[in-house]
Amino acid sequence: MAENYFEVLRPGINTTFQDNGRKNYYHIGIPFSGAMDNRNFVIANAISNNKKNSPVIEFALQGPKLRYKGDKVYFNVTGDVNFQILRKNKIDEGVCYQNLVLENNDCLDLISTNKSVYGYLSINASFKIDFYLDSYSVNTKAEIGANNGKILQKNQIIKIENITKKYSLNKLDYINSKIENIRVIKGPHFDYFSKTAKELFFKEKFRITKLTDRMGIRLDGPKIENIKYTNIKSEGLVKGTIQITADGDPIVMLSDHGTIGGYPKIGVVISADYDKLVQIPPGSKIKFKEINLKDAETIYKLYEMETQNLISKTK
Amino acid sequence: MIKNISNLGDAALYCDFGNDVNREINLNVIQFFKNIKKSNIPGITNITPSYNKLIISFDLNITNFDKIKTEVEQLNFKNEIVNEGNLIKIPVCCENDFALDIKRLEKLLNLEKEEIYKKFFSKKYYCYMTGFIAGMPFLGDLSDSLYARRLDTPRVKVPKNSIGLTEQFCNIYTFESPGGWNIIGKTPLDIFNNKNNTSPNLINPGDTISFFQISKSEFEKKYG
Repeated sequence: MAENYFEVLRPGINTTFQDNGRKNYYHIGIPFSGAMDNRNFVIANAISNNKKNSPVIEFALQGPKLRYKGDKVYFNVTGDVNFQILRKNKIDEGVCYQNLVLENNDCLDLISTNKSVYGYLSINASFKIDFYLDSYSVNTKAEIGANNGKILQKNQIIKIENITKKYSLNKLDYINSKIENIRVIKGPHFDYFSKTAKELFFKEKFRITKLTDRMGIRLDGPKIENIKYTNIKSEGLVKGTIQITADGDPIVMLSDHGTIGGYPKIGVVISADYDKLVQIPPGSKIKFKEINLKDAETIYKLYEMETQNLISKTK
Repeated sequence: MIKNISNLGDAALYCDFGNDVNREINLNVIQFFKNIKKSNIPGITNITPSYNKLIISFDLNITNFDKIKTEVEQLNFKNEIVNEGNLIKIPVCCENDFALDIKRLEKLLNLEKEEIYKKFFSKKYYCYMTGFIAGMPFLGDLSDSLYARRLDTPRVKVPKNSIGLTEQFCNIYTFESPGGWNIIGKTPLDIFNNKNNTSPNLINPGDTISFFQISKSEFEKKYG
């Protein structure tokens, strides 16, 4: 067959191409971007036998519905995703974390993520998409990356090339564990807040509001009272930074965050808890737990070992 | 130079150059930024200069806070401060449809709009940093008589390429974005060019900017 492609029948809410993001452009205002849940991203590529950093399709809450045209291709879905493959004479219920097949005219319906936010679609082939500033990752704010920096659009075509003909029975038994406690290292402006506010921050629960996307999470809970300055001279941010707005609400910076900001930083989410934090859906409550740097480093090493172990189990 | 280095979470260094905002401190930050970039310390993933802070992000799979901190402290830098920035001229059209907040400023500053523009266009501005959104430059310092506070309620959408003022600073909204700065005009130039794959930013930290006024017909004809 001359060409292989997906036709987008339904784009989903916020569907983008992502790889592991771009480095070294914070100073011109461009954040990392990249797959929000890095563990599920690397597992998807491992199951596909792709290179570690190959771009995948990331979707949020409701995924896309795609019609496939072309030669037989294998794919897998990671995360906690309800999906179906609509074939010529039957409907197959999708199973995450294993290679499945798509034939000409089959339809892949990534219906929804289950009590989570992000899911990933990887194919044993490559998407024919553009690269910008060392990455395929879409940043819709700066309009850069694959797909002209835009989310998937209805009726668009996604071309596919370099299809792997050989099937490999890669699969993984994995359940995405959910967490409620998010571990946090105190930030440089921790002492801008009143004694009561500091206690509330680590004692009370905060609700993830609907004002949450790839840029950040806006939380709702007790007001965190600032006793020094509610604005600082704007300075750099990193993903996971928790700023307190002038109204006393915490906002957590995520992968597409503005590179600088002018609110005081009360804390930063530890690297090991980031993948799980971004998967907590709006409406859920979370609690912050204080931790020191040394423990955070140890926990990250264990988390990374666990990820590598999961990758080796896929083969 | 650096007054203190602490951690920002488990994967970044927070280098503090003090609390003041002035060109000297900022040139220190920029010099430090350029030197660290050249040093190729393994594991660094991003360096973010701002008015008086420098944040260095790193990959926890390659290095950690103690290692990077020691490496940064041991770097030998030239002490002389050289501003290697470029001079960039930016056209601005101040027609009423673009100068969204000029009436507010006339009232707030107790100045006629002609005087506001005269003061604004007569100075050259220094780029302290770029960011927040891709390519947005933070420029200063405005003449004292132009200091104005932010809008009480920020706009949900500031049009792309608007020029805004607040306190001693001015900026250019490189993309349509929410924002609370006082808008006095619009440039026809694209400050961030997302088709340029090597150097998309027209203005970089350390550059000097001079604005010049153009008419609406020039805006439309020459640059349209």
